[in-house]
Amino acid sequence: MPESLAGFLSIPVLLFLIFALGAVSTAVSCVLTPNPVRSALFLVLNLFCVAILYLLLNAYFLAVVQVIVYAGAIMVLFLFVIMLLNLGSPERIPDQMKWQQPVAVGAGILLAAMLTVTIASSVPSFAPATSLPQTARRTTLDAREPGASQTMDNSAILDDIARRPETMGTPYGIGKNLYNPDKPWLFPFEMVSFLLLVAVIGSVSLAGRQTSEEKA
Amino acid sequence: METTYTIWQYLFTLPVHEIPWWAEVFRSILRVVIGLAFGLGLVPIYVWLERRMLGWVQGRLGPNRVGPEGLLQPIADVIKLFMKEDIIPTNVDRGLFLIAPIIALAPVIMSITVIPWNGSKSWGAVAPGLDIGILFLLGVASIEVYGVILAGWSSNNKYSLLGGLRASSQVISYELGMGLAIIAVLLMCGTLGLQDVVRGYDLRQPHEFVAGTVLNNGQGLINVLPLSGTGYTFYMLDWSSGFWDWNVFRMFPFGLIACVVYMISMIAETNRAPFDLPEAETELVAGFHTEYSGFRFGAFFMSEYANMAIVSTICVTLFFGGWLAPLGILNQVPISWIQALTQTPDSWVPWWANLINSLISALWIILKLFTLISMFILVRASYPRLRYDMLMRFGWKGLLPVALINLVLIAISLAVQHSFRDSLGTAGAWWVGQIIAWALMLAAMLVAFVSVRKSYASRQRDIASGEIPADSPIVRHPVALALPALTSTEK
Repeated sequence: MPESLAGFLSIPVLLFLIFALGAVSTAVSCVLTPNPVRSALFLVLNLFCVAILYLLLNAYFLAVVQVIVYAGAIMVLFLFVIMLLNLGSPERIPDQMKWQQPVAVGAGILLAAMLTVTIASSVPSFAPATSLPQTARRTTLDAREPGASQTMDNSAILDDIARRPETMGTPYGIGKNLYNPDKPWLFPFEMVSFLLLVAVIGSVSLAGRQTSEEKA
Repeated sequence: METTYTIWQYLFTLPVHEIPWWAEVFRSILRVVIGLAFGLGLVPIYVWLERRMLGWVQGRLGPNRVGPEGLLQPIADVIKLFMKEDIIPTNVDRGLFLIAPIIALAPVIMSITVIPWNGSKSWGAVAPGLDIGILFLLGVASIEVYGVILAGWSSNNKYSLLGGLRASSQVISYELGMGLAIIAVLLMCGTLGLQDVVRGYDLRQPHEFVAGTVLNNGQGLINVLPLSGTGYTFYMLDWSSGFWDWNVFRMFPFGLIACVVYMISMIAETNRAPFDLPEAETELVAGFHTEYSGFRFGAFFMSEYANMAIVSTICVTLFFGGWLAPLGILNQVPISWIQALTQTPDSWVPWWANLINSLISALWIILKLFTLISMFILVRASYPRLRYDMLMRFGWKGLLPVALINLVLIAISLAVQHSFRDSLGTAGAWWVGQIIAWALMLAAMLVAFVSVRKSYASRQRDIASGEIPADSPIVRHPVALALPALTSTEK
């Protein structure tokens, strides 16, 4: 048992435990803190913890984008608005919707149950990803003799990189997979960006309407 | 393969995939020390340079008593800051007040990690192998503002809060232009690794270069010459390369436009004159750090100057060829010369040869850095502070559209180049793509020009019909290319 425990507690697993704990505790603090600025800051910390969890999954691109978009842009805007409105600790608002509480508890239990069932049924064991057999990871890139050819066959090497599990999460792997016309992800990706554009145009038109009413 | 290496080779010269973990730990620590020494050790010199140069511009002396030419003045200032009382006003948000200077300084130090000072994959930066370098820089730049916001909010002071709010809105606005300029470089180079950005390859390097490898840099073939026979990873460009290969001159003029956008944004990002509204003395006392004293103020001061150095180094790295010399021949002392001089065999290189070449690389990057810092200082000495609405308008309606159009034109040019590369060759495809992009750029400029003219004409009509008085102020615009709505006759 101690032997298997030592095998279980490798450095990635330890890091995962630390930052998963951090993510959960900051999320809980974010909800429970009455001060809105501190609550927003706990959310920032939570986003950082989740970004590190992405790093541990070899998803470097996702991790950095998480920091840029959420921690860096959206949360700064949150803080900006909170400070601009100068929100202090709010007084306790009388709860208007009494029926909300039992429904929320029920929905939470349902979600937790679904997550538990899904995880329990899909993950057979907690074997770390590094225990893949080494031969399975050998690809044409490793087989290439250094100095064998004077001009490297770039496209073959680059395709190879996109297929490897440890480089799939790098910007290169993401680009190769996301924008590949043979794979089904290009269309949804473009649709999402289109949706965002619609949202931006909608917000601009809403803001513009307000000013024209003020002028009138 | 069973060669035994000396400990010296393990620690310094062997490529990174041939060394044990303890050697890598040693190297990492040494790289961190070098990075910190570069990043923070030069800060007193910037402070001295700024005060002396401002004095020179304004016809006075500047600090010249402590040490030779006043060089020790920053050290005296630091000692003074450390000796001062660290005042914590009552009614501040204590925890955030104490931690805000640290949050301001930490991202600046973090961004040192990816800045390369030479081309070696073992020694070129604190984290030389990081292939998301540009993204990392963007991420760190986006969290830099937290220190200022928190300092402004937690001080429980209206001036601090206003300074913090101004800082956050300003940094958010200019981050967009900055990010688009950086993405333009990313597109041109096709890589996120900063070392590869400096060398301008549009090829991701899976391993170290093989001796004599011919690489395609998008505009032609570059012969990569290894500098050493020991397997030490130090490579140089061909002697025929030079400043015309830097990203600032790439895909002319789009690289140049991206560079100008970046340089304006970086001044705004560091909250310096003429964009220093967060700490405008005439309006806000000292802005977000009004309530700070002692070494906590010192941390803000240090982060501002270190940040200035970091954004300048990023600019050098992205646009001005990083550690590369303006002429290829000045890049390095060729190993063959050293071998001839010391009469060593071809397969062996004296240990100090790579050290000398590393120092030459570091020298070039420091020279470029100080050129940019001097530009910062001269801009501060020359331009008056912008008004706040001008600042925001310039960011959103001036820089952002220019950077966006620039980015789109680069993308169009690259797409055209890509589709013509097989039929016309690299150079021919480059011309086709560039001519199409130039035509589109001229069209965009024409549209902007016509719309500005139209709005001026409508103003003239309004004046002629007596709708507005002839001496009503024209809304002044920082850039002529601003959107047509700006030039409408606002009262």
